[in-house]
Amino acid sequence: MTELPVMMPASPEIFLACAAMAMMMVGVFVKAENAYRVVSTLAIVALVFAGGLVLHVGGGRQEALFGFFVVDDFAVFMKVLILIGSVVALIMSEGYVQREKMDRFEFPILVTFATLGMLMMVSANDLLSLYIGLELQSLSLYVVASFQRDSIRSTESGLKYFVLGALSSGLLLYGCSLIYGFSGTTQFDTLALALTGDDTSKGLIVGIVFLIAALAFKVSAVPFHMWTPDVYEGAPTPVTAFFAVAPKIAAMALFLRTMLGPFGDLVADWGQIIWLVSVASMLLGAFAAIAQSNIKRLMAYSSIGHIGYALMGLAAGNEEGLKGVLIYLAIYLIMNVGVFACILSMKVQNRMVENITDLAGLGKSNPAMAVLLMVLMFSMAGIPPMAGFFGKFFVFMAALNAELYALAIIGAVSSVVGAFYYLRIIKIMYFDEPVEAFDKVETMGLRGVMIVSGLLTAVLFIYLPGITDPATAAAASLFGG
Amino acid sequence: MVVQALAFYLFAAVTVACGVMVITARNPVHAVLFLILAFFNAAGLFVLQGAEFLAMILVIVYVGAVAVLFLFVVMMLDVNFAELRAGFAKYLPIGAVISLILLVELVLLGAGWAFNSETAVIASSPTPPAADVHNTEALGMLLYTKYVYLFQGAGMILLVAMVGAIVLTHRVRAGVKRQRIGDQVARSSKDEVKVVKVQTGSGI
Repeated sequence: MTELPVMMPASPEIFLACAAMAMMMVGVFVKAENAYRVVSTLAIVALVFAGGLVLHVGGGRQEALFGFFVVDDFAVFMKVLILIGSVVALIMSEGYVQREKMDRFEFPILVTFATLGMLMMVSANDLLSLYIGLELQSLSLYVVASFQRDSIRSTESGLKYFVLGALSSGLLLYGCSLIYGFSGTTQFDTLALALTGDDTSKGLIVGIVFLIAALAFKVSAVPFHMWTPDVYEGAPTPVTAFFAVAPKIAAMALFLRTMLGPFGDLVADWGQIIWLVSVASMLLGAFAAIAQSNIKRLMAYSSIGHIGYALMGLAAGNEEGLKGVLIYLAIYLIMNVGVFACILSMKVQNRMVENITDLAGLGKSNPAMAVLLMVLMFSMAGIPPMAGFFGKFFVFMAALNAELYALAIIGAVSSVVGAFYYLRIIKIMYFDEPVEAFDKVETMGLRGVMIVSGLLTAVLFIYLPGITDPATAAAASLFGG
Repeated sequence: MVVQALAFYLFAAVTVACGVMVITARNPVHAVLFLILAFFNAAGLFVLQGAEFLAMILVIVYVGAVAVLFLFVVMMLDVNFAELRAGFAKYLPIGAVISLILLVELVLLGAGWAFNSETAVIASSPTPPAADVHNTEALGMLLYTKYVYLFQGAGMILLVAMVGAIVLTHRVRAGVKRQRIGDQVARSSKDEVKVVKVQTGSGI
């Protein structure tokens, strides 16, 4: 008799998979007009419960399912961020989805599947499980991107995302096969043992380069960012809000685990690639956003820039850098959720508006939302004492301590340039002639998300250890083993 | 042994002959049918080698799905094959170059395997020993135990693909008439059948 494999550490994933399938049944058998609301509520409950399971399983290194799956403090930290991102995205999408006639019950189910894929990515301990998780996530995302199938823009963005995503999956698999061919294993632990840094074969380096290219595509870092503005602009706004947080964090987690785990000793080889990607992302994020008039496109370039800053910590390649990235991602999640809640509320007489100029006069017509957006924009620009400043502070410190002075200086310069377009939004809100006022914020959920995110961004400096302590533990867990 | 050798030559000869027929047959439907026959014979060759799992997969996947798909495409699309063949002579050189490259690659692969010093070691330690279990069983054991996580993960991906395809293409159409067996059975003859006395010679 063969024994059952160890499955407990994977219980959140197993639960989510079963819950998603059960929700499909519920969606079919509940009355059609209620299906979306019921399934959406169930999905939120399931994701929250999965979060509970993640915390229950807890940190400490645990392997499961024959070493394909691993849980540690790093995984717990990232999974909690991802689950928060998904739950908030579902809560925020409620009003929009019902208004724009995309309230089919498959939407929350596909988000759940995507989240499941992300959790699998974060816990991957093998190149194969990495690929399976990534593909499950991406496939669900392609579908939700084109969920508004009667809109040409939505369909176009889904198709673009699909074609380019398939290309990047091809790069990833090619890289994996080279790594396997030159090292003889796909298991991360064995890879880490085998690759000690001295006398690395050229083929393996080529494989790692392919892997980095594919992962850079998934986090939308320059020069693999082309899809981001189009997909962000074309996809339905709640889907864009989802894209901007959860998948980014999951892909970044995958990036960190793969680079610092199995290839940790080769940092001298891949560090320079990350350096270049980071610099290019920061500069492009700062300069290309200046010319944008659509706020969703602006957020796309802004997210490219933010990924550049986060990669700065990875370029440092040490525990301090990793801690910086984790803090950065947590704060990025908080800010972005708030900004997208505001974008989802940009609605004039029941029709969505997306231009930055539509914000003119918000300071008079809706002072509360204007203050909120102002706090978030200050934070995005990295102005103290907002949360965004501390995110940047920790990665810059890590880069300086790792003696990456040029990187830190370019980062600081591009951050100043980036501040221009964030501040321009504030200027438009307060000093431009008012245009039509926005409708009232439609759902309680949206309002709640806005307020919580704005408050957290503004007052995080009072209790920073709330984020830095778990991040420190998580960073230590990836380097301790 | 003689029977085995005979079977091998039979299968091999038919496979090669079918391969030639696939590219020379004038009628595309015949070409696809020859392709199917070639698949069956290749499956027979696999069985002779003791690779019964590959033989089954070949029949199920290639004959059952791929070849039938070809057949559908050939029969449903009105492709003018005479026109397709017009440039045959023109493209012959580039085709020959590609085939030559493929041939060289095959020879290199074979030579690499034959002259590698580790080949003997690798070939002598199959996992698990071939004498104990059939290869179907061996594959199944690996797939459902060691790789169960990936197997289930791949299953989830296929499920998402199915959900996605339905979400993006399925539309509820108005006015579709569906058969409702319950309603049909529940109908009473009183409502539906009318007995009419018809006078002879007058019509209704």
